[in-house]
This record gives sequence, C-alpha cells and structure tokens, in this order.
Amino acid sequence: MRHIMAKSLAPTDDVRDYLATQEKKSLLRFLTCGSVDDGKSTLIGRLLSDTKQIFEDQLAALERDSRKHGTTGDDIDFALLVDGLEAEREQGITIDVAYRFFATPKRKFIVADTPGHEQYTRNMATGASTADLAIVLIDARQGVLRQTRRHSIIASLLGIRHIVLAVNKIDLVGFDQAVFDRIVEDYGRFSRDLGFQTIVPIPMSARYGDNVTSRSDKTEWYSGPTLIEHLETVSVDEAAVELPFRFPVQYVNRPNLDFRGFAGTIASGSVAPGDEVVVAKSGKSSRVKRIVSYGGDLAQAAAGQAVTLVLDDEVEISRGNMLVSPAARPQVADQFAANIVWFDEHALLPGRSYILRTETDQASATVTDLKYRINVNDFAHEAAKSLEMNEVGICNISTRTPIAFDPFAENRTTGAFILIDRISNATVGAGMILHSLRRAENIHWQSLDVGKRVRADMKNQRPAVFWFTGLSGSGKSTIANLFEKKLFATGRHTYILDGDNVRHGLNRDLGFTDADRVENIRRVAEVARLMADAGLIVIVSFISPFSAERRMARELMADGEFVEVFVDTPFEECARRDPKGLYARALNGEIKNFTGVDSPYEAPEKPEIHLKTLGKSAEEMVDTLEHWLNERDIAEDQYDSGGGI
Amino acid sequence: MTTALTHLQRLEAESIHIFREVAAAFAKPVMLYSVGKDSSVLMHLAMKAFYPAKPPFPFLHVDTTWKFREMIAFRDQMAQKLGFDLLVHVNEDGVRDNINPFDHGSNTHTHVMKTVALRQALDKYGFDAAFGGARRDEEKSRAKERIFSFRNAQHVWDPKNQRPEMWKIFNTRIASGESIRVFPLSNWTELDIWQYILQEDIPIVPLYFAKERPVVERDGMLILRDDERMKLRPGEVVENRLVRFRTLGCYPLTGAIESDADTLGAIVGEMLTARTSERQGRLIDRDEAGSMEKKKREGYF
Repeated sequence: MRHIMAKSLAPTDDVRDYLATQEKKSLLRFLTCGSVDDGKSTLIGRLLSDTKQIFEDQLAALERDSRKHGTTGDDIDFALLVDGLEAEREQGITIDVAYRFFATPKRKFIVADTPGHEQYTRNMATGASTADLAIVLIDARQGVLRQTRRHSIIASLLGIRHIVLAVNKIDLVGFDQAVFDRIVEDYGRFSRDLGFQTIVPIPMSARYGDNVTSRSDKTEWYSGPTLIEHLETVSVDEAAVELPFRFPVQYVNRPNLDFRGFAGTIASGSVAPGDEVVVAKSGKSSRVKRIVSYGGDLAQAAAGQAVTLVLDDEVEISRGNMLVSPAARPQVADQFAANIVWFDEHALLPGRSYILRTETDQASATVTDLKYRINVNDFAHEAAKSLEMNEVGICNISTRTPIAFDPFAENRTTGAFILIDRISNATVGAGMILHSLRRAENIHWQSLDVGKRVRADMKNQRPAVFWFTGLSGSGKSTIANLFEKKLFATGRHTYILDGDNVRHGLNRDLGFTDADRVENIRRVAEVARLMADAGLIVIVSFISPFSAERRMARELMADGEFVEVFVDTPFEECARRDPKGLYARALNGEIKNFTGVDSPYEAPEKPEIHLKTLGKSAEEMVDTLEHWLNERDIAEDQYDSGGGI
Repeated sequence: MTTALTHLQRLEAESIHIFREVAAAFAKPVMLYSVGKDSSVLMHLAMKAFYPAKPPFPFLHVDTTWKFREMIAFRDQMAQKLGFDLLVHVNEDGVRDNINPFDHGSNTHTHVMKTVALRQALDKYGFDAAFGGARRDEEKSRAKERIFSFRNAQHVWDPKNQRPEMWKIFNTRIASGESIRVFPLSNWTELDIWQYILQEDIPIVPLYFAKERPVVERDGMLILRDDERMKLRPGEVVENRLVRFRTLGCYPLTGAIESDADTLGAIVGEMLTARTSERQGRLIDRDEAGSMEKKKREGYF
C-alpha cells in the first residue's frame, strides 16, 4: 500500500556517520543556460532522475503530465519536472528560473534552470548571480546562436569563471565528431575574451542520457569526463576568506542601552576579537571587542558567516556602512564606472534618477554617461543613447551620497548593485562596478548658472531646514548637536541656528515682547532660508511655541525643504530636568512669559517628524532623523531628473 | 586558518541574513508560524539572527480550528518558553458558516480557513513583510519563487512577472498596501531541515515521532481521529497503529505513515530510504494539477 513506508533498519550510528559525510561534502551552485529548445530543462530532469532524486509519487505525476503536456511522445518529458508554472507547461517553455537540489556521493548541487527566451534574460541573470559554474547548452544541429552568446557574456560579467559547453542532441547529428569539433571551435573563438578559467566541452544527449551520468558508447571519439564527473570534481573556490576583511553593516542590534551590536554577513576575509577595524565611510577606527552569537561568543569568524560584532568604542555606524580592514580599505566614492545589464522594458536613460542598492546600502543614483553598449554577437562597442531591455553596457554612475565598494572583479559581494525604478519599485538593472572616477578628472565643465541647485550639487546634498520646536529642556539642543555631528560624519554640510548664537549677535536688539519674539523668529527663518539657498542643511533649534510663526517660517522655504521636528517631552519631565534652572525660577514667578508655565506652547499638529523622547536616547532620535533624511533624498528626484552634473 | 563553512553553516548564514534584512528594511514584519518542523527551524534561526535581542516582530498562527491538538499545545508552550509575541487568527466568518474539511472538501476548507484567513490577518495588522517556511524542494511552483516574493495590494503573486533577484541584494521597496513574502528556508532541502534539527536539538511537535495512535483508513490515507468531529463512514474502524507524520496540517487532510521511527536519528534514517516525497501526505496538492501554484497566486503561503 502506498502509505506504508519501508521500515528503516538503519541504526542511529549509521545515520550519524552518513550525516557526518553529508556535512563534509562541498556545494556547487551552477546554472543551465543557452537558447530556447536546447534542452536545458531536459538535462536537469535527466540529472535528477539519474541521481535518484525523483520520488515514486513525483515520477507517477510526471508520467501523467507527460501524457497531457509532454513533447516527447510516449517517453517521459523530463522538462515537466522543472517547468513548474502552469503557463510554462501549457506553452512548453521555461519562463522563470527554477532551483533544484541534488547530491551525489561526492558533492551537493543547487542548480538553477534558466529560461532561454530573450525576453526572460533577467531571470537567467537571477540564476547566474548566485552560480559558480554555467552549463551552456547548444543544440548540435543549430550551433552557437545569439542567445548562446548573450548568456555567455552575462555569465562572464556576473563573475562566472567556469563553463561547461554541453553540445546537446548529439544523437540527432548521428554522434558526429566533426559537428562537435566545429561548435567547440566556434565557441572558443567567440569566448576568448570573456575571462573564463575553464571551458569543458562535452558531447551529450540529455534525452537519452549519453555522457550525462554515464559514458556513451556512441561517442568513442570523446575521451573527456561525463558531465557529472566534471561537476563532481571541478574546483571553483574563490577563497573569499583570503581577501581583505569586509563587513557590510546590515542591522544595528540595540536591545537596550548596554548593548550595541553590528549585525551582518562577512563579505570577505576574517575577523577576531582584538582586530582593528575601520569604518569605511568615516575612516574612524576601533577594535573588535566581541563576536556575539547565540551559542556563545566566537573566537573567530570568516567570509560567509552571519555574525554580530561589538566594538570597543562608541563609533558612528549605521546600516549601509562597512567595517573593513585598516590595511586594505575599499573605495569610497560617489562616481564610478560599471557594467550594467538592463532588465526593464523602459530603457535606461542617462540623466534619469534611479535608486541604487548594494547589499546593505542605498543611494539616489544617476547614469551620467552611457559610454557604450556591447553588441552580443561580436563584442563591438557601440555608441548608444539608451540601454534597452536585455542589453549590456558600460556607464558612469553618480550617487547622491558616497558608497563604499570594491571593484567587482576583486570582490563579487562588495562590487555589485541593483538599480530600482523610483515609481514602480521594479528591479530594472544589475551593475558590476569597474572602478571609481576621480571627480577632478571627470567633471565636465558646462555652462551652468550658479544657483541653489548647483551649490547643493557641489556639496553633493540637498538643502533642508530642520526646524526643532519643543519646550525648554526638551532636548532640542542635545539632539540637534548630535544630529549635526552625524551629518558631518557622512560628509554633509550643515549649520545650527539656536537661541544662543543668534540672540548674542544678529538679534541682540530684540527683547521678549510678543512683537520682538515674532521678529526674532522671522530673522532666524530668513537666515535659514539664505543658508538653504547656499545649499546647506540647516538645523534651527528654537522653542518657537506659536504655530503661526512656524507656518511663516515654512512658507519662506521651497516645497519639501522645511522639516518641522517636534521634540516632544512632557512638561513635567522638562521641569524635572531643568538644565538651566529656569523652570524653578519661572515657577517661583521670577521669570515672566515662560513657555509652559505662564505662556502657552502650541504643539505642532502635523510635524514632519515627531520625536517622543521619553525613555529613548538622543542617539535613537538622531537615527530617526537621519533615516527620514535618507528616505527623502531617495524619494525626491526633483534635483535629479534634469540631467547629470 | 579558517576552514570552509559546512553546508548547514552556509544555509544558516543565508537564512539569518534574510531575517536581518527584513528587520532592517520593513516597517512591520511578521513571521507566519505554522507549528510544523520548518516553522520550528525558522523560529530557531530567528532567535539566532537577533540574539541577544528577541526577534523584533510577532509570530502569527493562522488557526483553521482543525489543527492537531498536540500542535496547539506545542505552539503555546513554545511561545511561553521563548517569550515571543504570538498572534492567533481565525477566520470567524468561516467558523460561523461551519466550513470544515469533511463537508466542504479540502479545497474550500483550505481556501476559506487558511488562504482567506491569512489575507484577513495581514490586512488587519497591516504587515508589510511576512516570513514563511516554504522550501524550493517541496513543490514545482515553489522551486520557481523568489526569496523575497512580491505581493500586490490584493496579496496576489504574479509568477510570470517576478522581480529579478540578484546576489544577496534584495529589493525591499514596496508601495503602500503591497507586501513581500519572505522565505528564509528557500534553499534548504527536507534532509537539511532534519539534519539541522538533529544538530541544534530543536524541539518539534511529538506527532513527528512514531507512537500508537487511533487512525482510520480513508481514501488511501491513514487519518488520525483527533476528536469527535470526525464521523466514521460505514465500514470504517478506528485502529491503534504505530504511526507518525512527515508533515503537519489540518488533521483530516494529513495522512500518517506507518513507522516505528521514534527518535530523530531513526526519522532521518527512514527518510534516507524514502521513495515518496513529503507532500504526498497532504491532500491539497493532489486535488488538481498546478493546485499549489493556484493557491499561492491567491495568497496561500
């Protein structure tokens, strides 16, 4: 009966031994690619079947499906094993990448079966991005086709260094060695400049299994390995652990004020407590104090491990930054050249603004220059004004804030990015960084009117006026000062306007009458406006208790530039803190017109940012502000849309 | 010098990376907790990802009211032990209409009590990212799904138009009302799951272990009669048999297998000689071809 399972006789010791050998096996991730109908899915079905990965019930379902949708007559159509979507089975094509898992006594495999149709190239790229080896299938009757070349170029760009050239359907050309040799020669000539370390050509018939897992007796002229022999033994080690230490900070883990850990996956190198590390974007250095893990602290951690690092000092690091080796630092730049593979039906246009996303960082980005497009047939570099879907090109890219990276050729993890459309949020392209561009060498002088936009662009930022309002003692100045420090650390140009530096100079003629208070705010707002016009990020820290004055300030600024920040600390708490002893005096009647005591405070109804400070640290408030600013910079593209620098 | 990571270490690191990415990039994530072995592994990985903090999101169990009683007991016990925030959602409309697997069949029951219930819960709390324990080796349409799988505001999956997913760079951007289903176990196989449970000593529902249980043979499956709501058909008898479960769901829809594997080691040993896939124990995948894809498009996990 079907539900009865063979009773297992394996004693536990055997199981443990088995698992121990399973654990020692290495993993190979590969993809199958090539043109439509070259037999990619059939090959994977064959591999799964011959390595006994297909269960009885799956085989029964496959036989049923083969009769219904199959394209192989009475034989089992193995492609139906991997073409898992209804649309795929109905149309007999592969639309999206499928991941399959199998193992032999020597190795474990994750295989990505990718589509051959040109319109689904992006799904092929998805499968290739995590693979170490590509099986490029060629129909022996067809030879090297356009899609064969496109897929080979994409595989090369994405860093794949090992190719199996599977000359498939060799049965349909009578197992003819001449056909095989000609295709191998064609492919070799074409791929000479693609930087592949190994290209292993194998004549095979995926449908009948020749040279897949067992040697064919019909290709005696072929003396190389079968496919599975090669997959089991090929060495693809990139040894990321030998590269300099790179730790992109993914998440700041702060369960309480006593613990601050930086969580992420080590991209390359290794780390141990006591090691010196540098914050890539600020250049600040610190030492690793602990490597925290659930099972206890670690003595060492290396590339590929997801860990949490605690540092000796309180250095400023947030998501998107990188902890790196002091001896070999990554590049930090806002302009660089990159290979781009374009995925979207809306073409890439120089000057248009996209969101650039690395593993943990994101920034507003513009393609400033499309240098050329690569013709997938002959590698010719062609001048182009745009990059259409499935095209590949080399571009210069400018980001609003600098990112930390290595050239992709040196580090596949820290050298890659994707581009996201601002409106649809679609992933529209993938990029591999070539090298940074030094500004001085690469800025093209144009005739530009010097204006607000240009001034801000030169500072590589967008102006803003953060208007802090809140009771005396609510924490405005503390938060404002810390915020400015943090902005400064990320290369922003800032200025703080507060009661102290304005009342002693510009406004020293003003007292505390209602008229003087309004004039006080008006002057401060005007100064903030001028500073924003100069391209600065201005932080205004004033009690500013009346909503009318704040509205007046808001109306002076350009749309989206005025950011009302309500520093919301309850009166009782402010009076308790009383840093300058003012509340005590006001409550004693020694000071008149004191906000909150005998003069009202009109809380903002719709502040852009509402900071509830009770029980939170100033640092957390600043994180909120910084996050808001980053989101705004990304969301708005009014400064980006009009062309490059 | 450091040795290369083992296979399980690699899988673990990838899953932890995914958990942290969601916590960092989304406003309101939730973990779908289905109480099965994959959920147990998922929960364990979540605890690891955020240690020494607790996972910064709640766990949601969509209760069809037909789960094995032992699952519910285990769920409550784990919530208490690990101290996570457990939300339980039941489709009250379905309860009112007395939707059940016996009268309405597995399709309707699953749709109303699971798929619709899940959509209700996601809408009610406004979650923008939801973790699930699905693996690519389970089923053909799952083999096609991204790790970060986009859902429109109606919770619909469009398998023909998935976002490219390059390297470990995940596109986490969504518009208001849209959401992402996230599958940290995408690249794990059933064997990996058991191996990891064994290695990490992860608690699982006792139903996975062989024991004498009262079962009824029906439609070629052994159904455990978990309570009186299951009425016997003419000729059916309840027998005590030594059985266990390879997969857990609603008890009337989940077939037991005869087995004497009562330790983790024995379960793995049995698995290694298995000739049928684990989802065979589930009625819902057999209803019609492409049934999983259809359910997923409607919002099922």
